[in-house]
Amino acid sequence: MTILSGVYIFLFYAAMAILVFGLAYRIRLYARTPAPLKIVTTPAPTTQAGVVMRMTREVVLFESLFKSSKWTWIFGWLFHVSLLLAFFRHLRYAISPDFFIWPLINLEIVQSFGKYAGFGMAIGLGGLIARRLLVDRVRYISSPSDHLMLLLILSIALTGLSMSFVSPVDIVSLKMFVLGLFYFDWQPLPNSLLLISHLTLVLILAIIFPISKLLHAPGVFFSPTRNQVDNAREKRHLAPWAAKLDATRNGSGTR
Amino acid sequence: MADFKTPEMKEYTVIPALEKDVMKGSGPFKAKPVHQEALGFPGELMDNWEDVAIDKMGDLLSRYRSFQVYLDSCVKCGACTDKCHYFLGTSDPKNMPVARQDLLRSVYRRYFTFAGKWFPKLVGARDLNKEVLDEWYNYFHQCSQCRRCSVFCPYGIDTAEISMAAREIMDAVGIGQKYCNEILGKVFKIGNNLGLPEKALRATLEDLEEEIFDDTGIPVKIPLDVKGADILLITPSADFFAEPHIDGLIGYAKVFHEAGISWTISSHASEAGNFGMFIGSYETMQNVAMRIREAAEDLQVKRIVHGECGHAWRVAYSFWNTLAGPFDFLDQNYPIPQHICEFTWDMIQKDELKFDKSGNDHRVVTFHDSCNVARATRMGDKPGGQFEIPRNILKAVCNNYVDMEEETIKEATFCCGGGGGILTDDLLEVRVKGALPRMQALNNVVKEHGVTNMAAICAICKSQFTKVLPYYKMPMDMIVSVHQLVSDALILTGSETDSESDEGSEDKPSETDD
Repeated sequence: MTILSGVYIFLFYAAMAILVFGLAYRIRLYARTPAPLKIVTTPAPTTQAGVVMRMTREVVLFESLFKSSKWTWIFGWLFHVSLLLAFFRHLRYAISPDFFIWPLINLEIVQSFGKYAGFGMAIGLGGLIARRLLVDRVRYISSPSDHLMLLLILSIALTGLSMSFVSPVDIVSLKMFVLGLFYFDWQPLPNSLLLISHLTLVLILAIIFPISKLLHAPGVFFSPTRNQVDNAREKRHLAPWAAKLDATRNGSGTR
Repeated sequence: MADFKTPEMKEYTVIPALEKDVMKGSGPFKAKPVHQEALGFPGELMDNWEDVAIDKMGDLLSRYRSFQVYLDSCVKCGACTDKCHYFLGTSDPKNMPVARQDLLRSVYRRYFTFAGKWFPKLVGARDLNKEVLDEWYNYFHQCSQCRRCSVFCPYGIDTAEISMAAREIMDAVGIGQKYCNEILGKVFKIGNNLGLPEKALRATLEDLEEEIFDDTGIPVKIPLDVKGADILLITPSADFFAEPHIDGLIGYAKVFHEAGISWTISSHASEAGNFGMFIGSYETMQNVAMRIREAAEDLQVKRIVHGECGHAWRVAYSFWNTLAGPFDFLDQNYPIPQHICEFTWDMIQKDELKFDKSGNDHRVVTFHDSCNVARATRMGDKPGGQFEIPRNILKAVCNNYVDMEEETIKEATFCCGGGGGILTDDLLEVRVKGALPRMQALNNVVKEHGVTNMAAICAICKSQFTKVLPYYKMPMDMIVSVHQLVSDALILTGSETDSESDEGSEDKPSETDD
């Protein structure tokens, strides 16, 4: 066991703790903050089931983005779908063959789609970077962090692709390393500059997730303009702090 | 207000190249201490205003999920950047929705996020200072809270929520807008935005009754403060005196008359408008809304019907139940509140109203979807009823109706340019430039289809268009109330036109008992 392996084992636990607790803290904050008024963007569903459908379309198809900008939609959607496919492929490094979803993960279709998804990510990110640099309006609203975020994820995709197509790493030792993390039976990290770069970038991504704009992922589910039911006339909607005002309300304008 | 050039209309919407700071300025007139204090706000900027502002921001973050989630979730994808009419009309990048939000988000990040506290430059965070406050005051009063951006945002981020919060923070440190806050004072003191007292209101309504009688020979009433009436009509006070609003009011009166239903206006709540929404103050909005509940209770009405007003319909439809409900003392068989268009359409479907559509044959009509009606409310039972019902009414009373281009109507409708507390002459440049996308779409149907009139169901839209149409070389009286067109085609029972048309169509029922 090298010092390097030790450092990465520590970093892995630290990053996962930050990701999990950071996100949990943020989600709890969103869930607990009241939405005192019905502000749904209409036309909107009039039933809860309709809202689930609307949110599903939003999250799966990026419906609103499709309405607003076809180029951003193409690149953004391609990137996110590719990311999801790549994630599924990666599960084989973290799941032992006796786990029940293994046959699913090990399907040829999941593995090869996941393998080529890296290109989808790179193309999608390339388009988004180009848009951010070339469209004057998008360039205007971009902070350094907005550019760096795209570069970070692009670097993850490129180092990943390099390991798949240029310079393969010892996958068996990698899997032992990862499973060792889960079972607290620590194994050495395979010695590959590409792999170490890839993992480092992923750990950085995990750490900044709960403190960056990546919060759009949980945020969309809590967006009142999208997750509310259009039933204001039928059902009284009242937040706890607003309910307290009911006792003292009057139309004189003085309180 | 400095001189400005009216933007040039093109055949289609052109996304302008950025022209930084062209709309930089000092913003609208500021409220005097007396107007601030009447609403419970500090009279002027205090010494430690930075602390007060940040505290207020923290308070709003804890009370409004929208504010917290929207400040966190923006990824700067740029989808909204070409969606705001003020950006399209001015080219000022700070009028792009995301850039407008960022004026405030940058301060949020500096004081409330890890990244902004430690790496402000990296994430575009900045300290709150007088310069930033002045920028807020200017650019958050170039937002009409129309929510067009929220339709197109992949996370539904609503700039209106941010601009309401910004205005609330500014009020909390003593910087308020004269137009909104002065008007709110009048509502609390007198009962409506105009400061029209009961006596003057009564005289105005009597004059109107006479006018209708002279016109039609039918004694159509516009009752005020009638206890025990079935319906309380809540309508914007502009309907009592402004053109073309007043013709809409005549239309409502005729519809009620033909429906044979007793109704009344209230002098205590002679205003549908609720500028409490524009300044983002829940408490103020609630106090204005409570006047309507009080009026309904005092007059012992069974139903509330709401006149043609956009933001007010949003408050009524979406917020009244929350702010002033539950309305368990009203007749639960009808929607509470019911829009006048819902009422009229219902009567048309029941065949209670007879029309002579030739009354509008000198017109080719199009419809302007008012932003708050389109994107923040509904009419009828089905989503999108807010688009269909007014159009159905127009088609029932006019022979010539055409829509403007699809991307400028319904949920994608362009604001008139005067909503959200912008309808004041000290913001005339903003209003004229912000009207560009709508004027362009209107101009296109004028050229292609010979459209003569644009109908609307919002008092602010009507006032705004009356003012800005001439800047675009179109006549100011192009803008009409939907119920003005109803009024011009409606056959009143017992009138001369009625007997003429009865000869041809005797199968129609003439009783109107409900």
